[in-house]
Amino acid sequence: MSDRIFGSIGLALAIFFIWQATLIQESFIQDAVGPKTFPIIIGTVMGLASLYFVLKPDPDPVWPNAAGLIEIGLAALVMFAYAQALPEFGFGISTAIAAAYLAWRLESPPVQAIIAGVLISGGLYLIFRVILGLSLARGPLGF
Amino acid sequence: MDVLVSLFDGFAIALTWQNLLLALIGCFLGTVMGALPGLGPSNGVAILIPLAFTMGLGPTPAMILLTSVYYGAMYGGRISSILLNIPGDEPALMTTLDGHPMALQGRAGEALALSGIASFVGAFFATCGLVLLAPLLVKVALLFGPAEYFALFTLAFATLGGIASTNQAKAAFAAALGIGIAMIGVDGQTGVPRFTFGEVHLYDGIDFLVAIVGMFALSEVFIFLEHRAVHGAKPAEKMKIGKIVPSWSLIKYCTPTMIRSTVLGFLAGVLPGAGASLGSFIAYSVEKRLVDKEGTFGKGDPRGVAAPEAGNNAAAGGALVPMLALGVPGSGTTAVLLAVLLALNITPGPLLFQNNPDVVWGLIAALFIGNLMLLAMNIPMVGLFVRVLLVPPRFLMPIVAMVSFVGIYGISGSSFDLMVMVGFGILGWLLRKLDIPMVPVILGVLLGAAMEKNLRRALTISDGDWFALVASPLSIALWAIAIFGFILPIVLGPTIRKRMQMRKDDAGAAVD
Repeated sequence: MSDRIFGSIGLALAIFFIWQATLIQESFIQDAVGPKTFPIIIGTVMGLASLYFVLKPDPDPVWPNAAGLIEIGLAALVMFAYAQALPEFGFGISTAIAAAYLAWRLESPPVQAIIAGVLISGGLYLIFRVILGLSLARGPLGF
Repeated sequence: MDVLVSLFDGFAIALTWQNLLLALIGCFLGTVMGALPGLGPSNGVAILIPLAFTMGLGPTPAMILLTSVYYGAMYGGRISSILLNIPGDEPALMTTLDGHPMALQGRAGEALALSGIASFVGAFFATCGLVLLAPLLVKVALLFGPAEYFALFTLAFATLGGIASTNQAKAAFAAALGIGIAMIGVDGQTGVPRFTFGEVHLYDGIDFLVAIVGMFALSEVFIFLEHRAVHGAKPAEKMKIGKIVPSWSLIKYCTPTMIRSTVLGFLAGVLPGAGASLGSFIAYSVEKRLVDKEGTFGKGDPRGVAAPEAGNNAAAGGALVPMLALGVPGSGTTAVLLAVLLALNITPGPLLFQNNPDVVWGLIAALFIGNLMLLAMNIPMVGLFVRVLLVPPRFLMPIVAMVSFVGIYGISGSSFDLMVMVGFGILGWLLRKLDIPMVPVILGVLLGAAMEKNLRRALTISDGDWFALVASPLSIALWAIAIFGFILPIVLGPTIRKRMQMRKDDAGAAVD
């Protein structure tokens, strides 16, 4: 069943891809093939492969239950937030919080997770900023 | 003799303090990454790519660092296979079959040392093979025009799923997805934007490093979150290592095995789409058939440890041949190494040997040196690497995630890229769940643009005549291999997979 759903999404994606390819603005510089043809070929391959999944699906993988899916979704949200927070709050604080969150969700006791977050953040700062001289995001506190 | 002169020049490049130090760091980090369950050669190299860039290394030092990591990870994979019965990476799977039983008999030290030596033999002779074979392949590659290159790229995609591929449609989908992602951005030939939806960030296209680090490193973190650190979390098991120096007679006893396995592994590595997993599998199977007269394979036969280790390390060296000489990688990790070269503005292929001989031969010399270092490191220091296995994933995975973020942010300094990377992490997780191979996606992102460029060049030369693609005997041959390579797994795949599964079950039964 998973493969069928996935195949349908793939098929929709392929059709969308081909449709977008036909909308590409042609430029006044032109070669024999043009910018549309190759994407259309690729879209066709993708569509055919997807059609195959719909017709002949593999057995279902073991999906995590709702809690597992929420777990992964939340971790992804934390990572997105981290990407946004990095320029705002600086490397040190953002990294400590994100690393602590991940350590906590991977079943560390909360206190250990916080310590791990701070240590990871500090350790990476030491290696990348102090030793390797890489420019990390600077927050209001300067690290 | 040209080759020897070039190799000598290569040693002159590799033998600087900086390069030696980088090789040492690379070998060490690689062994650690290979030993950690869940991190294999491709993730290991992917995580360290941004590091190599942010350190501002030139092409040769960067390649030396990362290929040392590659070789190191191939060595390291065996440690967790032998001690914990958990393969650190896929190619090390076959090593569990005899390695873990040996460890249970209290001969872990012997197994580790023997596999270290077998790895060395495999990698050393494969590097020799690389020296001999790559220049020959370059001569052939110089005959290639755009039409042949287009056929070659198709061949790479068609065979990448490998002979044990479960579902060729999934491999094809993955390749199309990757190439499709590569189409995003301004078209190099006519300058029109494609699939950008007016988003300025997308005009440059998607940076393949972002895609690679997201798919290989972050998806691993998601997998661990899903399983909640369940597997790999039993390091409490105290394993007696025993004596680490193998007896001379044991080495002699295993020598014929190592030699045969090296040859087989190297060939498996050079062939497109086979890679190290198949190298170790073939080496083990052939050895079992040839020398296992008393039925000791699977019960802790030292030859059963030597064969897959020599095989997979030889395959790792063999896989570098098509990557360097043709610019078409034969395995996942070499695809990641190709990304490094492309990001450094170096195009592998025949011209690499002419334009940047320093990179090629410096790299090859560094492989020889790194190999010696790995041997020296892996026998006395194996205890140290064993201790690395005790780092629980609940601390390791946050580190992996954060290092990935630091690396990508260090290169681009853009929050947008970080978010794209997280997106690729989720995509990678989803693809893994659905059993869609990730390597063709990566290769598509990497090579899509070059593939299209060659197609359009070929057709511009022929003035739009599509038959130009099959006009030369060389391109017809390449197309034939591509089609054959795509269909073969559909015919043979089920049998081979069943056998691999059977071996695994046998071993499981013997251990339990």
